[in-house]
Amino acid sequence: MTEQIKYITATCRICNGAVYKNEELLFENKEGSAPEFLLALYKHISMDYPKFYKMDNLAKLGLLGAEIVLKDDFKKERYKPEDVAVVLANSNASLDADTNYWDSVKNIPSPALFVYTLPNIVVGEICIRNGFKGENIFFIQDRFDASFINFYVNDLFDSHNIKACVCGWVEMTGEEYKAVLYLVEKPTGDEVLFSVDNINNIYELTNG
Amino acid sequence: MYMSEVFIVAENIVSPLGITAAENFAQLKKAVSGIQLHTSESLSSEPVHAALFSDAQKFPVKENKSTKYTKFEQLLIASVEDALSKAHVDVKNKKTLLIVSSTKGNISLVETAETVNDELKKRIAIHTSAQLVADYFQFTSKPVVISHACVSGLAAIITAMRLMQSGQYDTAVVVGADIITKFILSGFQSFQAVSAEPCKPFDADRNGITLGEGAATVILSVNRPTNGVVIKVCSGATSNDANHISGPSRSGEELYQAINTAMKQAGVKPADIDFISAHGTATIYNDEMEAKAINLAGMQDIPVNSLKGYYGHTLGAAGLIETVAAVYSLKENIVLPTIGFKKTGTSKPLNVSNKLQEKKLSTCLKTASGFGGCNAAIVLKKEN
Repeated sequence: MTEQIKYITATCRICNGAVYKNEELLFENKEGSAPEFLLALYKHISMDYPKFYKMDNLAKLGLLGAEIVLKDDFKKERYKPEDVAVVLANSNASLDADTNYWDSVKNIPSPALFVYTLPNIVVGEICIRNGFKGENIFFIQDRFDASFINFYVNDLFDSHNIKACVCGWVEMTGEEYKAVLYLVEKPTGDEVLFSVDNINNIYELTNG
Repeated sequence: MYMSEVFIVAENIVSPLGITAAENFAQLKKAVSGIQLHTSESLSSEPVHAALFSDAQKFPVKENKSTKYTKFEQLLIASVEDALSKAHVDVKNKKTLLIVSSTKGNISLVETAETVNDELKKRIAIHTSAQLVADYFQFTSKPVVISHACVSGLAAIITAMRLMQSGQYDTAVVVGADIITKFILSGFQSFQAVSAEPCKPFDADRNGITLGEGAATVILSVNRPTNGVVIKVCSGATSNDANHISGPSRSGEELYQAINTAMKQAGVKPADIDFISAHGTATIYNDEMEAKAINLAGMQDIPVNSLKGYYGHTLGAAGLIETVAAVYSLKENIVLPTIGFKKTGTSKPLNVSNKLQEKKLSTCLKTASGFGGCNAAIVLKKEN
């Protein structure tokens, strides 16, 4: 095991109708429901990915967050598929999809809704979209735990051959949503050190 | 930097086959299956095979004045309690960790809820259950919760191992459980993924999964046991297919990637593996994918089994139940047969274990795969 320095090379925050990429406001839409907001964001970033329409709201939120955090800052050609990890967490797992699926059971159970009743499906969607095949995991936490994520991702780099990681928080329940995603890499140029303080400072901006 | 070794020092399984690991393994050796035909309409409108606890089954849990434990939490507690009775664990020590693995936790509360308010959200959350279990046993460190589909159990062991190797914890109590309710059953039925007969892993006539419920615990320690047979968790890795959220990889390359990474890290070669405890859900595509991955690893001649014919697919508990069974297999030098398997049914050949084999065993590869394209593999080793 060799401890290396890692950097936060890009961030994305999505909360309360506002989307920030690397701390700059990318998109704002305070009106409308959560699904309407997600669709408006999808269109705003000119994403062309028909699978998006089939996804539940948690997967849409995570996919858009990943799309934004990776755009321009992630140089895919630097990495092999197995070099890139996805490590996500939230508090309510797939509760939003669970209640939607359970409503369908009263009529005809919907396999299209059932498949989203697992929190790690959003990890799978991000991996499919970007061809990431490395380590992947979903944690359930009572609140965002920067030290835990910091430990887990550092260990992936230091002991498990991971060279880039999309990590953070993706939460969706009803009309409440929050995504804070970090792209973590080894030195590339303009870096923010991947430290507990920097992780927390960026996360706390969503509470402002 | 020195990496701690990680040993399995106690185990439990709470399942329809028994409430201790020893009881369970005794049933497995007799080829007893927990799968039965169930006709309860509250579960399914049509009769369905599953491995379920009887309604009369009670889990020995002390009552708590302020909280009524759900069946999911009772299972976690019963499993941890029995495992703790078999090891000396200082639960109050900050360097003792509790990890909980589940795919659907308290999902039954969604079925009975009229509205989902904040109070219910908190009650359903798996981190709430994990904290209740932590409080029940007076763990002082914050529990870690993993919900990563059907690899949850192995991912929990892998996470525990990493946290221990880094020196953050000396001991980890890793528990997983899932309960089968109408929510889960109707979902797999809507996928046409539930077998009409008890599941037939790797068989030519396999036609889907059989669901099961249960819990299992392993207690991991960085301290080498001073007596008895020593079982070590050598390594573990996860990977993602990046192919489809509900269908496995067509090539098996990504499960192979996890297997290969875990084996390299353990410093073992295919010839060192004595048996493979596979996922073997008995869906056409899962078993086919696993056969391809095992062939890519050059391990097609090594005995492989699936325990889904005994327990059904126990989701977030499966990786832990099957790891405990693998520990007993290593200790007793027994490769269990694959109930339900008769005739080779994968395009790539496998050496599917179809009768109880007694032979000297020292190393086991355990794998799992699940929805979301996730795969996991660990290597277990016996040291005499």
